[in-house]
Amino acid sequence: MADDLQPGAPVGRRVFFSLLGVGAAGILFGSRAQDWLEREVGPLISKDGTGLASLLPFGRFRIYTVTGGLPSRSRSDYKLKVKGLVDQPLTLSYADITAMEPTALTRDFQCVTGWRVHDVAWKGVRLGDVLDRAGVQAEASAVRFTSFDGAYSESLTLEQARRRDVLVAYEFEGSQLSDMHGGPVRLYVAPMYGYKSLKWLDSIELTRHVEEGYWEVRGYDVDGWVGRSNGRDDDAT
Amino acid sequence: MQPDVASRPRGRSELPLLRFDRVERTLHWVNATLFGILMLTGAALYAGPISTIVGNRETVRFLHVYSGLLLPIPLLIAVLGRHGTRLRRDLGRLNRWSRDDMHWLRRKRRSTIRLGKFNPGQKLNASFIAGAGVVMLATGSIMHWFDAFPIDWRTGATFMHDWFALGIWIAVLGHIFFALRDSDALESMWQGDVSAKWARTKAPLWYREQRELEKAEHAGAKTETAAPEVPR
Repeated sequence: MADDLQPGAPVGRRVFFSLLGVGAAGILFGSRAQDWLEREVGPLISKDGTGLASLLPFGRFRIYTVTGGLPSRSRSDYKLKVKGLVDQPLTLSYADITAMEPTALTRDFQCVTGWRVHDVAWKGVRLGDVLDRAGVQAEASAVRFTSFDGAYSESLTLEQARRRDVLVAYEFEGSQLSDMHGGPVRLYVAPMYGYKSLKWLDSIELTRHVEEGYWEVRGYDVDGWVGRSNGRDDDAT
Repeated sequence: MQPDVASRPRGRSELPLLRFDRVERTLHWVNATLFGILMLTGAALYAGPISTIVGNRETVRFLHVYSGLLLPIPLLIAVLGRHGTRLRRDLGRLNRWSRDDMHWLRRKRRSTIRLGKFNPGQKLNASFIAGAGVVMLATGSIMHWFDAFPIDWRTGATFMHDWFALGIWIAVLGHIFFALRDSDALESMWQGDVSAKWARTKAPLWYREQRELEKAEHAGAKTETAAPEVPR
């Protein structure tokens, strides 16, 4: 029974302090580890059809979907509808959109839930240019967006929609927008919290008044300026 | 090598042993409630599909943040002060690993190994939950009072909070799974006692320690001077 007589080693304490070490290292260097994981593991996740893998905390971005799983549409099947109070309703293909004059923006991306990603590079066309192409009628004062996930929606005032930092985006960090990040085409509203930047953009509709979007119905601010809404004081993006 | 406890005559009338006192049981269920709230509200904050079913993000966030901040308080109340004697002794047992514990965890010679009051799985779970709890509290605080910290820290804290949350989910589900498979052990977390039979088979070193203690008590010794199950 020699083992019984050995004084027990304080393994519990070692495990405890090791975890604190991991936690502290993670706070200091986690942002770098995250970049690496996103690069190496991110592409595999968007291939998972169940959408379960997208629930794992990989990458700098938290991927939120309001439906189960990730919606997906190929670039060749993609169509963007512009409708409502317009002179000429449009249906734009992916190629139609990329043929328009591009705008690139690099800004921090701030989520209303707290995480922020530095210097994210976006490319797309100005939403204002798309609106002009369809011709906005005088009685329109707002724009409503829907997603082909079948559930999400967002709105902007016409004035907000015409800002030069509001894009119909199709490129992200130098490559085509993936399913995970809302591809093939999404909205990008640079000065507002992430929930305003609707993913998987399906239609743009000109309306008389602002209609509350998916999260606004659930209590988020309609005017989602970073640092000036939702009870938060983050730095502006 | 025949252990002395096994050769001792034992009848059906052998008295049960106190495994957890009232302080330990109360602490366990208060913590279980807080963990339940934290895990469920955390899932509702983190996973889009659940967020949309639950909604009320502000309320959910409030519950999550304040349950988290409350978490250390019951433990501190229980562990400090005279009522925490048994709890402190059990924390000591959870900390100390014998060589047999190591073998058991590696699934070597499990049939002949004799364990103390806690098996190595329980020890590992306790240490993990304790460490992860501190990490969650620290990273959660950085996320909540984000103004005071550099942005990289905030990102790192969020990253750690998410991964440790996943670990805690696995540990807690595992803990519940094993508890449901051992109804005597689960019952002792409600009532305090385990049968002598359970103690002899699942925790033989502890059983021997307790019986020797009783003998000493009969002989007029004080309870508080109990010999530890692993002699130092």
